[in-house]
Amino acid sequence: MAKLRILYFAWLRERVGHAEEELALPEGIATLGDLIAWLRTRHAGYAAAFAEPGLVRAAVNQEFARPEAAIADGDEVAFFPPITGG
Amino acid sequence: MPRIAVQAEDFDPGTEIAALQARAKQAGALASFVGLVRSDAAHPIKAMTLEHYPGMTERAVRRVAVEAERRFALLGCTIVHRYGRLLPGDRIVFVGTASSHRRAAIGATEFLIDWLKTRAPFWKQEHMEDGSARWVAALAQDEADAERWMANTAGQSGGC
Repeated sequence: MAKLRILYFAWLRERVGHAEEELALPEGIATLGDLIAWLRTRHAGYAAAFAEPGLVRAAVNQEFARPEAAIADGDEVAFFPPITGG
Repeated sequence: MPRIAVQAEDFDPGTEIAALQARAKQAGALASFVGLVRSDAAHPIKAMTLEHYPGMTERAVRRVAVEAERRFALLGCTIVHRYGRLLPGDRIVFVGTASSHRRAAIGATEFLIDWLKTRAPFWKQEHMEDGSARWVAALAQDEADAERWMANTAGQSGGC
């Protein structure tokens, strides 16, 4: 069973309710998009965090990634809003 | 090699410029930019918190700096970006560049700040006088400013 370390930043962290977690994935989750769809079913905080997919960005192993990106056992996945640095 | 620092502490722009000059001994031009926490009559804030993604931030900033050194044939560059709670007027970011001639130094400085705004994983939260807080929404203009550099290079052969 694949395990992931998942990090949340800014208002995604606030809505989910924690900054990071380790999760064991059910079968059939191969991409970031699959992961988001599964997270949304877990509880209302996740549903709120991912309610507007257009406002969510992601990284896999600290590289920006798109919903079709593959995820694998041991990956570090991060979800965050569009960047507002500088 | 660029100097990259992601830190909670303040920095001194004069010290950074002098250190950059000392590293880039052949330079004929230095350019720099300092970003500040803004609070004005149109949009008064009490404070700002910058959150970032430790680890990814340093990698992303370094990648942007290496890209600038390549595109503009820089002799050196420095990026210092702060995180944590900041007050109006506080310094947020320093970008400094050294090159043989002014045009590359000035261009690279603008390139760096445009790219940092959309590629370095920082998020700003504003704290208002009434105690409320809001996450700053990304500006389409910032994305357009960063994308402009992609269009600029489409027809170029690279280098400077």
